Amino acid sequence: MSDPVLAEGAIKKSVPQTEKGTSLWQDAWLRLRKNTFALLGLGVIVFFCIIALLTPYIAPYGYEQQNLMLGAVPPSAEHWLGTDIFGRDMLTRIMYGSRVSLMVGFIATGVALIIGVLWGTIAGYAGGRVDAVMMRLVDILYALPFMIFIVLLMVVFGRNILLLFLAIGAVEWLTMARIVRGQVLSLRRQEFIEAAVSLGLSRWTIIRRHLIPNTLGPVIVYTTLTIPSVMLLEAFLSFLGLGIQPPQSSWGLLISYGVETMEEYPWLLLFPGLALSITLFALNFLGDGLRDALDPRASRN
Amino acid sequence: MFRFIVSRLLQAIPVLLVVITATFFLVRAAPGGPFSAEKTVAPEVIKALEAQYKLDQPVWQQYLSYLNDLAHGDFGPSFRYPGRSVDELIAGGLPITAELAFYAMLVAIIIGVSAGVLAALKPNTPQDYVPMSAAMIGICMPSFLMGPLLVLIFGIWLEWLPVSGWGDLPGDKILPAITLGSGYAAFLARLSRGGMLEVMSQDYIRTARAKGLPEWVVVLKHGLRGGLIPVIAFLGPAFAGLLSGSFVVETIFQIPGLGRFYVQAAFNRDYTMILGTTVFFATLIVLFNLLSDIIAVWINPKLRHQLREGK
Repeated sequence: MSDPVLAEGAIKKSVPQTEKGTSLWQDAWLRLRKNTFALLGLGVIVFFCIIALLTPYIAPYGYEQQNLMLGAVPPSAEHWLGTDIFGRDMLTRIMYGSRVSLMVGFIATGVALIIGVLWGTIAGYAGGRVDAVMMRLVDILYALPFMIFIVLLMVVFGRNILLLFLAIGAVEWLTMARIVRGQVLSLRRQEFIEAAVSLGLSRWTIIRRHLIPNTLGPVIVYTTLTIPSVMLLEAFLSFLGLGIQPPQSSWGLLISYGVETMEEYPWLLLFPGLALSITLFALNFLGDGLRDALDPRASRN
Repeated sequence: MFRFIVSRLLQAIPVLLVVITATFFLVRAAPGGPFSAEKTVAPEVIKALEAQYKLDQPVWQQYLSYLNDLAHGDFGPSFRYPGRSVDELIAGGLPITAELAFYAMLVAIIIGVSAGVLAALKPNTPQDYVPMSAAMIGICMPSFLMGPLLVLIFGIWLEWLPVSGWGDLPGDKILPAITLGSGYAAFLARLSRGGMLEVMSQDYIRTARAKGLPEWVVVLKHGLRGGLIPVIAFLGPAFAGLLSGSFVVETIFQIPGLGRFYVQAAFNRDYTMILGTTVFFATLIVLFNLLSDIIAVWINPKLRHQLREGK
C-alpha cells in the first residue's frame, strides 16, 4: 500500500460501496417487517390516503347532496354509516373530511419539519454563541402555553386554513429542532466524519452523504409521531369552532356536530370519532415501529 | 441547591416578559374591539368607555401601565363583565380548575404508573402488551371525543353518572376527571415503563435481589425510586398542561372553571381577560416546570451530585 495511486484507487473503490448506504435502510425495513402492528399501521395510513385522494371519484353520494325527507337514519345498505339530520351520507362526509384532516396533518407537519430541521442544523453546525442563543429561544418558546396561543391566533387573525397550517407548524417545530441539533452535534465529532474529512471529501458531500442520512432516522420517526399530534390539534380547534369552517369539513368538525346530537343519533359521533382514532392509532404504531427499526439502541431500553 | 433555584427563577423572568409582550400586542392587533358587538351604543359612550379602560392612550403607554399594574398583582378590569376585575374571575375559576386538574392527575398517576410498572416487570408478554395497548387508547382518543363518549355511555345509556355540572350532584366530578386524566395516564404509563425497564436491569437491583430481598421490596423500594424519575420530571409540566388544557373538558361538562372563562374571553375579545389568563397560565407553567426540576434534583442522587460538582 506504499503506492499512493493504488491507495487512492482502493479508497475510490471502497467509497461507492459504503455510499450506497442501503444497509441501514434495508436493516430497518427488515426489522419493521417483523413488527405486525407497525405494518398494520402503515397499511391503514396508505389505505386512508388512497381513499382520500380518490374521494371525488368514488364517494357514494355528493358532498352537498341533502335528502331532507330522509333525515337522520342509522347505518343501512344504502347508507353504510347512516345519514345526518339533513339526510347527507355520513360515509361521504367522513371521506371528504379525511381529505382536510390528512392534508392538515401532512402540510402542517411539513412546515414544522422545514423550520425544525433548518433551525436545528444551523444551530448544531454553527455551534458556540449562535447555538446558545438559538436554543435558548427554543427553551423560551417551550415554556409558552401554546394551546392558548393558537386559540388566540385563530381569534385574532380569523379562521384561515393557511394560518392554521402556520400556527400548528409554528408550535410543532421546537422538538424537531432539538432532535436535529442534537444529532448534528454528536455526528460532527464522530470518527466517520473525521475520516470523511481526512479523505478530502467536500463539506457539501459530507453533509449530503454522511450527516443527512444519519439525522434522517430520528427525523422520520419524529415526523411520523408529529402527524397525529398535528391532526389532533386541528380536530381540537375545529371542535371548538376555531379551525376548519363549513362548508369545508374535517373529522374534528364532524365530531363536534356529532356531539350536539349524540343522544338521538349516536352514529354521527361514533363514526367520525372512529375514523380519527383509527388514524391516530395507525400513525402512532407506525411511528413506534419506525423508532424501533431505525434506532435499535433506543428500543432496547 | 439554593443557587440552582435562584438561577432558574431568574431565567423565568425573560420568559414571562416575552409572554406578556407577545400576548399584549397580539391582542391589541386584533380587528374589532371589545365594544364593537354592541352596535347601538352611541359614539360618545364608546369614547367614554375607551377612556375608562385607557384604550385612548398610545399603545406603548397602555403597555407600560399594564406592566406596572401587573407588577402590583392587578390584572385590570374585565371588558366583558363590567364592574368585575380579571383577578376576581381568575380567583373564582382557579379553585375549580385546580380541583379538576388534581383529580385528573390522581387518575393519571394511578392508572398510568400501575400500567407502566406492570408492563415493565414482564416485558414482551401479554402483561406488557395489554396495559400498553390500553394506554394507547388514551393517546389516540382526544378528550373532546372521550368526554362525549363517556357521557353517552355512563350518563345517558347506563344513567350511572351525571352528564354535566360540578359539585351539584354526587359523582359529577368522576367523568371530567377521567376524561382529562386519561391522556396523561397514557404518557405516564410509557414513561414509567421506560424508566422501570432501565432501572430493573441495573446492578443495584441485582444486588438487592442477591441480598435475598423479597421481589416486592425490590420493585417498590429500590425499583420505583429510580424508575419513576422520568415520571416525576413530567408531573410538573403535566399538571400545568392539565390546568391549561382543561378548557375542552370544562366546555363539555359545563364546569365554571378558568378554562371556560378563557374560551369565552377569546370569543368575546375580552382583552384584559385573555391577557390575564395567558399571563397567569404562563406563570403557572414556568413555576411547575421549575418545581419539577427541583424535585427531580432532590430525588435523584446522581443529579444532586452533578449539581454540587458543577457549582
